[in-house]
Amino acid sequence: MSDARQANGHADGHDDGLLVRVRGLVTKIGGRTIHDGIDLDLRRGEVLGVVGGSGAGKSVLLRTIVGLMTPAAGTIEVFGEQMARLNDRERHKLEARWGVLFQDGALFSSLTVAENIDVPLKEQFDLPHHLLVEIAQLKLSLVGLAPETASLHPSELSGGMRKRAGLARALALDPALLFLDEPTAGLDPISAGDFDHLIGDLKSSLGLTVFMVTHDLDSLVAICDRIAVLIDKRLKIGTIEELMRDPHPWLQSYFHGPRGRAALDGKVA
Amino acid sequence: MAESGAFFERHEASGSVMLAARGNWQVESAAALDRELADLAKSRPGQIRIDLGGIDSLDTVGAFLLLRTARSIDASLENVPDGFATLLEHVEKAVEARPHHPRRRHRHFHVGEWLDHLGEQVFRILANATELLAFFGRILVTAGRLVVHPSHARPVALLSQLQRNGWAALPIVGMLAFLIGVVIAYQGADQLAQFGAQIFTVNLLAVSVLRELGCLITAIIVAGRSGSAFTAEIGAMRVNEEVDAMQVLGLDPVEVLVMPRLIGLLISLPLLTFFADFVGIAGGGLMCWLALDITPPVFLDQLHGALNPLTFWLGVIKAPFFAFVIAMVGCHGGLEVERSAESVGHHTTASVVRSIFLILVLDAGFSILFAKLHV
Repeated sequence: MSDARQANGHADGHDDGLLVRVRGLVTKIGGRTIHDGIDLDLRRGEVLGVVGGSGAGKSVLLRTIVGLMTPAAGTIEVFGEQMARLNDRERHKLEARWGVLFQDGALFSSLTVAENIDVPLKEQFDLPHHLLVEIAQLKLSLVGLAPETASLHPSELSGGMRKRAGLARALALDPALLFLDEPTAGLDPISAGDFDHLIGDLKSSLGLTVFMVTHDLDSLVAICDRIAVLIDKRLKIGTIEELMRDPHPWLQSYFHGPRGRAALDGKVA
Repeated sequence: MAESGAFFERHEASGSVMLAARGNWQVESAAALDRELADLAKSRPGQIRIDLGGIDSLDTVGAFLLLRTARSIDASLENVPDGFATLLEHVEKAVEARPHHPRRRHRHFHVGEWLDHLGEQVFRILANATELLAFFGRILVTAGRLVVHPSHARPVALLSQLQRNGWAALPIVGMLAFLIGVVIAYQGADQLAQFGAQIFTVNLLAVSVLRELGCLITAIIVAGRSGSAFTAEIGAMRVNEEVDAMQVLGLDPVEVLVMPRLIGLLISLPLLTFFADFVGIAGGGLMCWLALDITPPVFLDQLHGALNPLTFWLGVIKAPFFAFVIAMVGCHGGLEVERSAESVGHHTTASVVRSIFLILVLDAGFSILFAKLHV
C-alpha cells in the first residue's frame, strides 16, 4: 500500500498506528445488551472485515464507532481522539476525516449523483463551481462510474451503481478511514467481485484504512487483512487462517460449511 | 500564494521554467491553487517542468490539479516522491477515462428558450390531463369489477377511511362553516340595512351557504386535509416499493388503495357538507339574533320562506363530484411518485392545487348547468 497518507500532514496527536481503538465497549438497545465488552484495534492501512450472524450487532458496532449511537460503557478513540470527550466542532472536524458508505448508499434522493458528491465538499470548503464539477467527475471515475452518471438521480441508478455513487460521496473529502456497511450485499457475484476489487484498488492507491461490515466470504478472502467475528456479544479478531482453526461451533460452520469451503477453496492453504 | 500551505516556486533557467510544488496539495487549498494554476496556464510560459519533490502531502484533488495543469500546458511531472506515484497513476487513469471538458450549459435569457419552456409546460399539462383521464377509466373499470364481485370489497379499510376522512374532519369543518355563516350574516346585514331590508339577511345567508359556500368550503378543507394525505401515504408506499410488492402479489393497487379512499370520501364528503350547511346556518342565525335582533322563531320563519325544496339539494348534490375529484387526483398523485423524498412533496403539493382547481372549475360548471335548468 502507498504511504501517501502516512508521510503527510495527517499525523495524529499520539501516533501509535491505530486509527480506531475501542476498549470495553458495551452497547444496549432497549435494555437488550448487544455488545458486552468489546476491544478492537484498527491499524493504519489495513482492511478489517467484521462478520457475524444476522442480528449479532455488526452494523450497530459501526454506527457506534461513527457516533450515530451512544455506547452504554467503554471508550472509543478515532484518530487518537476520544469520541465522548469531543465537543460538536471537534467532532465535526473529525467526521470530515472519515467516509461512511451505508448499506444502500443512502444517497440524497432529491440531488443528482454529482450534487451528492459535492455535498461534503460544499459543507467544508468554498470551491468554485467548475472545480466542484471536475472533482465530482474525478470521484465518479475513481469508483468506476461513467461521466454521464453525474446528472442522474439516485432513483435512476441500479443497486450496484448506487453503492458506487455512495462510495464516491464517502471518498469526497479524501478520508484516511473508510467505514463500509455491507458493501457487497445485494450485488450479483460479478458486481460484488468488482466492488471488492475496487475497494482493494482504492485502498492501495489512496492509502485507505477500511472498516468493513460484511456477510460476504469472498470479500473476506479477497481484500481483508484481518477479520473480526462478533460471537456471543464479544469480538474475536485474527487472520482468516487463525479463525479457521478456532474450535467455536459458529466459526467452524461459517468457514467449513459449503459456502465457506467454496469461497476459501484454493485461496487459503 | 495559497494561504493554507500548498504553493509552487518558480525558477527560470535557460529557456525553460521549473515549477517546484511544495506543501500540502489537498482539497483544502484547491480553490486557491485552481486560480493560480489557471492563471499560469493562460500565460503560456513556454517549456515547463513541474518538480513534485517538495510536496508534503497529496490527495486526489491535488493530484487532479497537478495532472490537469500538466496536461493543459504540456508540462512534465518530475521527481515524483515514491509515496505519491500510485496515487498519481490512479488519478491519471481516472482523468483519462473522463471527457476533457465537461459540457457546461450557459443560461442566457432568450425569447426562443422562453417559448420552448412555455410549450413544454403546455404539453406537460396536456399529458397530465390525459393520464388523469386514463386513471379515471381505471377507477371505473375497477368499480365495475367490484359491483360484479362484491366479495373483493374491503369493508375494514373503508371504515378506517370514513373515520379518518369523515369523522375526524368534523371539528375543523364545523368551525370554519360556523365562521363563514357569521361573516356572511354580518356583512350582508351591513349592506341590506341601507335599504332597511335587514330581514333579507336570512335569505342571503340561506342561499349562499346552502348552494355554494357549504359545499365549497368543505370540499376545499377536505382537499387540503385528505387529498394531501392520500398522495403522501400512497407516495411513501411507492418510495418503499410497497406498491410494486402489491402488484407482484397479485393485488391491484387501484382496488386495494384507491377504492376504499374513493368510496370513503364519496360517503363522507356529502355528510360533511350537510353538517357544514347546518352549522353555517346556525352561525348566521346566532349572528342575526345578536346583531340584528332577529329572534330564532322569526329567523326560522324567514328561512322557511327563503328556501325552496331544491336549495339544499343543489348544494349537496355537488359534494359526491367534488369527493370523486379529490380522491382521484390525490390517489393518482400518490401513484405517480418516484423513488425520492422530493417527489413525495412535489406530488402532494401538486395534487392539492389540482384538486382545488378542479373543484372550482366543476363548481362553475354546475352554476352554468343550474342556470340553464332554471333551478
